[in-house]
Amino acid sequence: MSSSSRIDTSKVATTNGTTAATASKPGRAGSLASWADERLGLGTAMKKNLRKVFPDHWSFMLGEIALWSFVVLLLTGVFLTLWFNPSMGHVTYEGSYDQLRGIGMSESMASTLHISFDVRGGLLMRQMHHWAAMIFIASMMVHLLRVYFTGAHRKPRELNWVIGCLLLLLGTLEGFTGYSLPDDLLSGTGVRAADGFLKATPVVGTYMSFMLFGGEFPGEAVIPRLYIIHVLLIPGILLALIAAHMLLLVYHKHTQWPGPGRTEQNVVGFPMLPVYAAKAGGFFFMVFGVIAIMGGLLTINPVWKFGPYDPTKVTAGSQPDWYMGWPDGLLRIIPSNWETVLFGYTISWNVMIPILIVPPLMLVLLMLLPFIEGWITGDKREHHLLQRPRNAPTRTAVMVALMTFYGLAWAAGGNDIIAIKLDLSINQITYFMRVAIFLGPVLAFWITRRWCISLQRHDNEKLLHGYETGIITRSPDGQYSERHLPISGTAAYTLTARDRDEVLSVDGGRDAAGVPAPNSRSEKVRAKLSSWMFSHNVQKPTAGELEEAHHHAQHEAELQSGLDQPVDGHQFDDHRQRDADQVPLRDH
Amino acid sequence: MRLLNRTAGRLSRHRRGPLAGLVVLLMGLLLSGSLYAAFSPAQADTQPSETEQVAKGKELFLASCSFCHGKNGEGIPTVREGYQVGPSLVGVGAAAVDFQVGTGRMPMVRPSQQAPRKPVVFSQEEIDALAAYVASLGPGPAIPDESDYSIEGLSEEEREEAISRGGQIFLTNCTACHNFNGAGGAMPRGGYAPDLHDVDGRYIYEALLTGPQQMPNFSNGNLTPEEKRDVIAYLYSIRETPEYAGFSLGGLGPVSEGLYAWIVGIGGLVVAAVWIASHTTRSKKTKVNA
Amino acid sequence: MTNQTPPPDNADDGTPAEYAGSTAATTSSAAIDPHVSTHRAEPIPDPGLPEHTWRPTDVDPRAEKRAERQVAAMFGAAMLCSVLFVVAYFTFDIGDNWDTVAGLGASTVTLGLTLGMALLLIGIGIIHWARKLMSDHELVEMRHPAASPPEDREATVAALNAGLDESGIGRRPLIRNTMIGAVGFLGLPAVVALRDLAPGDVLDIDRLAHTIWEPGMRLVRDVVGTPILASEMEMGDLINAAPEALFPSEENGYPELHGVEEQVEKAKGAIIIVRMNPDDITPAEGREKWTVDGIICYSKICTHVGCPISLYERTTHHVLCPCHQSTFDLADSAKVVFGPAARPLPQLPLAVDEEGYLVAQSDFTEPIGASYWEREKHEQQLQD
Repeated sequence: MSSSSRIDTSKVATTNGTTAATASKPGRAGSLASWADERLGLGTAMKKNLRKVFPDHWSFMLGEIALWSFVVLLLTGVFLTLWFNPSMGHVTYEGSYDQLRGIGMSESMASTLHISFDVRGGLLMRQMHHWAAMIFIASMMVHLLRVYFTGAHRKPRELNWVIGCLLLLLGTLEGFTGYSLPDDLLSGTGVRAADGFLKATPVVGTYMSFMLFGGEFPGEAVIPRLYIIHVLLIPGILLALIAAHMLLLVYHKHTQWPGPGRTEQNVVGFPMLPVYAAKAGGFFFMVFGVIAIMGGLLTINPVWKFGPYDPTKVTAGSQPDWYMGWPDGLLRIIPSNWETVLFGYTISWNVMIPILIVPPLMLVLLMLLPFIEGWITGDKREHHLLQRPRNAPTRTAVMVALMTFYGLAWAAGGNDIIAIKLDLSINQITYFMRVAIFLGPVLAFWITRRWCISLQRHDNEKLLHGYETGIITRSPDGQYSERHLPISGTAAYTLTARDRDEVLSVDGGRDAAGVPAPNSRSEKVRAKLSSWMFSHNVQKPTAGELEEAHHHAQHEAELQSGLDQPVDGHQFDDHRQRDADQVPLRDH
Repeated sequence: MRLLNRTAGRLSRHRRGPLAGLVVLLMGLLLSGSLYAAFSPAQADTQPSETEQVAKGKELFLASCSFCHGKNGEGIPTVREGYQVGPSLVGVGAAAVDFQVGTGRMPMVRPSQQAPRKPVVFSQEEIDALAAYVASLGPGPAIPDESDYSIEGLSEEEREEAISRGGQIFLTNCTACHNFNGAGGAMPRGGYAPDLHDVDGRYIYEALLTGPQQMPNFSNGNLTPEEKRDVIAYLYSIRETPEYAGFSLGGLGPVSEGLYAWIVGIGGLVVAAVWIASHTTRSKKTKVNA
Repeated sequence: MTNQTPPPDNADDGTPAEYAGSTAATTSSAAIDPHVSTHRAEPIPDPGLPEHTWRPTDVDPRAEKRAERQVAAMFGAAMLCSVLFVVAYFTFDIGDNWDTVAGLGASTVTLGLTLGMALLLIGIGIIHWARKLMSDHELVEMRHPAASPPEDREATVAALNAGLDESGIGRRPLIRNTMIGAVGFLGLPAVVALRDLAPGDVLDIDRLAHTIWEPGMRLVRDVVGTPILASEMEMGDLINAAPEALFPSEENGYPELHGVEEQVEKAKGAIIIVRMNPDDITPAEGREKWTVDGIICYSKICTHVGCPISLYERTTHHVLCPCHQSTFDLADSAKVVFGPAARPLPQLPLAVDEEGYLVAQSDFTEPIGASYWEREKHEQQLQD
């Protein structure tokens, strides 16, 4: 290490130490802090957190998009409540939108039109609120994928994964209750479909429908009820769960990518104050800004064109918002006539399977993923270093299979739009989806796993034989070959900074005294699953293999360069000065 | 009152726009062209008599239509995939011909259930002749007059009422297939209900009257002429209405909105995240007094 | 974040952060907690954190000044955008006479752009500041296991046991069990209290079996409410229609319907009427007399989940639901030919009255709309 990188640590890092910075540094901030500490006793909690270290990587900011869009939702939502009137009372619209003037509608629709056309900025706020909702759920989903693909759901973060899944569920429900509120034709059609879903519930379904709607559909109770769920109940739970999610994040400290000096025992990154606070705070403004620009430029949910809800009207392209699209797609591809009558009672499998059975099952499966994986691997260690998706081929392939299922169901939910935009037949798309929904995930699993394994092989190639330089040499006997050069030390370390996978063996199920474990059958299943999960994986080379390969490479390089002294091959490039994966240096 | 003011206001704003000069030029050319046409001597004896028109129409019909519709418009019995390849034209009326040929749907390239809109093959004069011939085969709806589908003659208040009533009729009878924005929608087996955005009121009226291809009729016993007029008035009014909320994203509803949320929203913010977390340029120099 | 439970106090806690370049913690240390992953740095040993390199803004005062000016310029531009927002707010009219820019609503677009740019510029400015000017030395913080130290855990378990013991909950099963019972029974009031979400008289699910249709009620056009002359319907016509009782007038004598009642009956009574060639119709058994001269009428409410459907193809006589694409063949008793629906659309038996208007022979003979648990029973009742 060069001495120039050693700098005076006393100025910057004291708050992470044992004494609070404020004690030794009176100043305006310091005296304010003392004032607060004498009343609130924040010093102890803050001393560790003000300079808490967060690692820097773009994929760690996906969850932040969700957090900040939630804040935007709260702000714009409060604005909307100032004018919105969640009532199904009947009024005649007399506002500014010409085409609906004189038309009877509910007060909630009329007040939505009022916000849109008679409140300056109201239309912008409505659209920002809606775009923020779409982005909120989308960012939760990409965040979830990042966490799973990199193995950040493993011990000790399983419970935070479960909280995250609940957030996703609640966000979806929040979205549905929200877009139903204007009581326009499109959302009303969705509410009527929801009534159909409730009624398909065995035994209690009809009563549930009557209870929700305060009698027969549509009644006049559902909008006020959805409203209070939308503005109080779910946001309250969301807030509490988000707080828990973030507290656990702080407690566990963020995961990090492996690399030189980055281990399971530390976290390397920037301190909360000032860098991370600035980056996160700045990102909040950027998320807010992007949503504002989208709200200003892109029409979303033009309720004035749908008109007020009327149970006898409908529009082509009646779709739910995107996050409800996949159950809707499943609903579309279920074959005809899946309904049975049992002892005089009607059971609607055609609605129950796609709405009441598969989505809840998928959610439970999602929540259980870390526990299932933990059980199969038997791994009780804590994991703070992330894995590259390729280094967990089976896990990656499982998620890609789930994504394929989701994606196909989602596409099926837009089959009518796909049909007109791509000149296809909805019938053909539906027939295709009925098969693809089963075959697609299997195929995706298989391809992904093979792909990951070949990427692992590629990594080992790089470690053992170096990278491809693109330099073609001709040997004296006329043979052409591409020159491979060793990768840098840090790159090599980063590639090998992972655990070796261990396949569980069946006879492992003995306790300390050598007695076979009582549930040896489940142990057998577990061993099988463990072998399914790991046995195809490519392990990183051993020290012996590496050494041998390097000797070989060195020998080759000597031969090829025609030099008579030992060389490492780097005379052909400038890797002696720098590492390939580092940013280029610039002269100043 | 309000509607008129708004339209007038927008026109006047556009008067000094960059395209205004071009528009004036085009209007001038158009005017001189039509003046020439009106006063040129050839025009004097071109008003064809009805029988002449029918005869000319028959000629055109035999050349371009009879292959599928039969020599006397009686149709051919071939049925393919559940639709009649060349249906009889007896009784479809002049309105059907004006719609089908005037929008380029007929003559078709090949027989099919869906007749897509194409560039128009015949001149309006020829279309009129064809229409006269087909109308002579059997009584059917005539080509509507502009006064049938225009609300020009109504008072301001009546217009407003007509538009909002037309909207409700549109949402009840039309949006199911043509979508709330008139953007069109999918129908079974690859069929589709076409986009209504730039369809002339006359053709909308004729389509309602005659039920082209798979579309059901909305005959005068179904929707009265006034109700048809109101629907057309509504469609014209939403065309003229500004996009209050920004670009309409195709007016296709939540599917396109979802795509934008992912591509623009998530895509843009992920790019931002990559920028935020990326390393900045490094210098070869080291800080001396750090 | 301030109310975070402080992590358990162990040896690692409070270790001062170390700068990059000082000794990185190595994983070969012998005293590793068993709960912590033992990733071994093999076959290549951990080279430790790389040397810190400097940014141009760290070493070049001009670059530093430039970055400072850039950030300030962005903040300045953000202020300008906020002012422009206010200007746009008061400049552009909405309501009756919207101002437009390029055919778009001027108010929405300019407010969105100015607000968005103000926010974006603040965000980009802060991040630029962080990236270029704030210290970019990476810190190292040590982790500690998520679990509390064993002695803490033992103390907690001991405290828990002591508390439980002193309460005597283990020794007095009678108290314990009755208490659990008492709390469990609270579920009853909680559930029962919600009973009146649908108060007594409206929680009558048998209403689902009936609609407002009754013998002799005229079919009227939806929206305008005018009755339909059978002779006026042409081949291929599709009429979206409603029961006359939903359009009460002095003439027809139906009582005025209010709010909820009207909506409920509208939701159940909607119908579509089509006229096709009588030869195309394959009447089901017992329905031979339900049509008038090729005019046939069905419920407009899809039997799948209840969307109104009227996407009618007149040559195939198919009607499609725009929600989930169930397709029904109206010429063949509205049987399902495609899509998820399980049952045909209920058919309304038609007749004409003495004036030639279409009327219903009766109510539907089966419940309309989506299936529900008791549906079959209701259908049996209706057919008896």
